[in-house]
Amino acid sequence: MKELVGTTGLIFNEPLLWEKGAKGRIGFSLPRRDVDPCPLDDELKGDGPDFPDLSEQDVVRHFTRLSQWNFGVDSGMYPLGSCTMKYNPKTNERQASLPGFAGAHPLLPAELSQGVLKIMFDLEQYLAEITGLPAVTLQPAAGSHGELTGMMIINAYHKAKGETRSKVLIPDTAHGTNPASAALCGFKSILVKSNDQGILSPETISEVMDEDTAGIMVTNPNTLGLFEENIKKVADIVHSKGGLVYGDGANMNAVMGIVNVKKLGVDVLHLNLHKTFSTPHGGGGPGSGPICVTEELERFLPVPRVIEKDGKYELSEDYPESIGKIHAFYGNFGVKLKAYSYILSMGANLKKVSQLAVLSANYIKESLKGVFHLPYDKPCMHECVFTDKNQEANKVSTLDIAKRLMEYGFHPPTIYFPLVVHGALMIEPTETESKEDIDHFIETMKAIADEAKKNPELLLEAPKISKVRRLDEIAAARKPCLCG
Amino acid sequence: MSKEISELNLPDDVKYTDDHEWARLEGENLKVGLTDYAQDQLGEIVFVEMPELGDTFEKKEEFGSLESVKAVSEMYMPVGGEIVSINEELSDAPELVNEDPYGKGWIIEVKPGDPAELDLLMNKDAYLEMLKGLE
Repeated sequence: MKELVGTTGLIFNEPLLWEKGAKGRIGFSLPRRDVDPCPLDDELKGDGPDFPDLSEQDVVRHFTRLSQWNFGVDSGMYPLGSCTMKYNPKTNERQASLPGFAGAHPLLPAELSQGVLKIMFDLEQYLAEITGLPAVTLQPAAGSHGELTGMMIINAYHKAKGETRSKVLIPDTAHGTNPASAALCGFKSILVKSNDQGILSPETISEVMDEDTAGIMVTNPNTLGLFEENIKKVADIVHSKGGLVYGDGANMNAVMGIVNVKKLGVDVLHLNLHKTFSTPHGGGGPGSGPICVTEELERFLPVPRVIEKDGKYELSEDYPESIGKIHAFYGNFGVKLKAYSYILSMGANLKKVSQLAVLSANYIKESLKGVFHLPYDKPCMHECVFTDKNQEANKVSTLDIAKRLMEYGFHPPTIYFPLVVHGALMIEPTETESKEDIDHFIETMKAIADEAKKNPELLLEAPKISKVRRLDEIAAARKPCLCG
Repeated sequence: MSKEISELNLPDDVKYTDDHEWARLEGENLKVGLTDYAQDQLGEIVFVEMPELGDTFEKKEEFGSLESVKAVSEMYMPVGGEIVSINEELSDAPELVNEDPYGKGWIIEVKPGDPAELDLLMNKDAYLEMLKGLE
């Protein structure tokens, strides 16, 4: 095997800024005062904020050291299943930092914001073209926010028809946020079990779908990395009872440019620009979760909407049936700009993105099958799910495998999710990892499986060389310290 | 690392459900909790979401959930009935579900709508057979 990526080296400890510096030290000098002193009103007087006294170098070293504790997609492979941690091309950042965009203010009138509005208008068209669903809003700030917006639209649709429906069907292979989004709209979620092939059976849907059910939330491909082959039949059943189909597009990276989502029977779909469209994520955002809907649902989309009139762009509030505003101004514009840059730079190659993402996942699946237990042995989409079953005899679990992987310089995959697979290891390489890096990952996983047999202690005690070892997650959850 | 089936504590004085709850008749009411197998599979429990006193549920209906470091898992009623008591101690000490699943880690007390439903649950041997089938 090649030389290890994960290695030991100097890792700097770094205290809080308040524990650094010395009284009176500063990082800049103010110009000499050239006006007369003026007394302050008493009500404006008081102690200043408790800022530490630091030099510029103190501050630069502080944040440089903290950044060295990070692991990001710029440091190495980050095969976190369901998260699509693809590389974020630097050209996106360059476009987003152009002064005309970076300095744009959301309160500027439309006539001074034509470029910005055109980009939003065009991006909506591109996303409509990619999904097949003709009407788009860019407002939601995250995938889960898109889900909520989508469910609010489904709710508004039933209301407009004078109906009240109380339930929403959610498969056990859906994303974890789906039930929460449904609940926030007042729906009760009904769990639907997937079949022994890991996908939905039309028969199961027929049994539970009724006229009190607002619709179904389907993640396709699902969280087992499998394509819901019966999606059209499932959608037909749901539609026949007057329900709508919500598509969770978090896994769009598997089917971009290949599947027309509307033709699958989906009425509302959210996209995660920070997954499929290569904008950065992790660490809490900012994200962007546009939703795309059918013609029939367009009238419920949030306002304002970008419209074109005689070659000019403007924001319109004139949609009386709209669910209203769901984000300040118009969402996270900088994120949209990066996605726009990505779509234009990829062009016709967007389809190849999905083809390569699926190829990479299947290559890993076939290479590691047998070494790790594969619960659903069939072609996968953009991610594959293994378990720790083969390692159980050595008393080594998924968590130990994940911790050991860190010592080899890889971010661990998603673990213990989806919940329908016991001890799941969910691996999503994405299209941006090279064959050499994927091969290196495969060799590493094989080496870890071998260690599990011959020297399980290596796994049980890992990680030893990282900045911190295993954290006490249990104490953190049971007795959280939230006061800093 | 999870327990072998032979290491599990499965007392004779409770009945078992296929969702891994146990129920024990105490007077006219039923104490309900999580089996040793379930607590072991979930790992360290960090939060227990309880129903309200006076809530009524049907058999198999979800009455609350358990959060472990790994996952969130729902709990289902072994029989239909009304919630007459909940284990308040679990809000500060959810680890009791792990440490003493059939004793201090009990979760709810139910006044059954139809006590005969209890007879439909599994005894220790039937539950053990079911667990062997899961392996």
